[in-house]
Amino acid sequence: MSSPIDYRRRGLLRASGITVLSASAVALLAGSERMALAQGGNAAGDVGILNTALALENEAISAYQLGATSGLLQKPVLEVAVLFQSHHKEHRDALIATIRKLGGTPVAAKSDAEVAKALNAAALKSQADVLRLAQRLERGAANAYIGVIPSFSDRTLAQVSARLAADETMHWTVLTEALKEPLSAKALSFGA
Amino acid sequence: MSLRRFAPLLTGALTMAAAATTAAADAERGHELYESRCGGCHSLDANRVGPAHRGVYGRKAGTAPGFGYSPAVRNATVVWEEATLDAWLTNPQALIPGQRMNFRVSAAQDRADIIAYLRQESRK
Repeated sequence: MSSPIDYRRRGLLRASGITVLSASAVALLAGSERMALAQGGNAAGDVGILNTALALENEAISAYQLGATSGLLQKPVLEVAVLFQSHHKEHRDALIATIRKLGGTPVAAKSDAEVAKALNAAALKSQADVLRLAQRLERGAANAYIGVIPSFSDRTLAQVSARLAADETMHWTVLTEALKEPLSAKALSFGA
Repeated sequence: MSLRRFAPLLTGALTMAAAATTAAADAERGHELYESRCGGCHSLDANRVGPAHRGVYGRKAGTAPGFGYSPAVRNATVVWEEATLDAWLTNPQALIPGQRMNFRVSAAQDRADIIAYLRQESRK
């Protein structure tokens, strides 16, 4: 299956860009603990939400690893999958840093084998199958990040959740285009 | 009146309120909503970020086999049916303080449809 988008030409895979994003992602979340304390927020509750987000990011990293090593993905789709996995790793690192700054303990990641079983990865037989799994998980992740926004006591973290949702929505959009499926006909198709 | 004696009345009132504000629940639409809203963390037959959901309707909270629940949910006395699931999806922290889901579904019709789907699939 060929992708309609030349991601390499658009410079999405430049290592320097990834490095800058990683640093900014960590900086984005750093400092939230001060705001939580200043607002008298429920830091323990926020840690719980962040840990659930971390579990979701860990699952996404494993899912992309399974896809990338399946032998089913061809370039440039494979490169895009690796890029998206790097985004999820940045999310993971930023979440872990913030959980620790808030005094929490980050949840451990499940093994790739456990994730493969839970996601029924044995049923993946083609590139399109892998893309559809990633598409489904990205949509779910975007909606999860939107759905927890009202529960944060720290409004800065709520904003971060919206930014994470935007990343996942970007992934969903690219995957949907790679599958040559139509985009949403109606507005406000995520969250609510 | 003690809280324990009041609870059944409250549950009944919640059910009637939910029925009054939503159209008939649509399990088919609930399936679509489940995939898009809940599918990031849940599956029917596998424990992932959240517990497996097949059989959740009518089940006591915190009892899906093999899932590592928060102490709050593990020790809760809630049984999942219309009123409790509606309250959970509206604001999980309000129903079981200390839980870890925190995901909210704001529209009553969406909650009703998701619950109808969970009820349907729990019979299979």
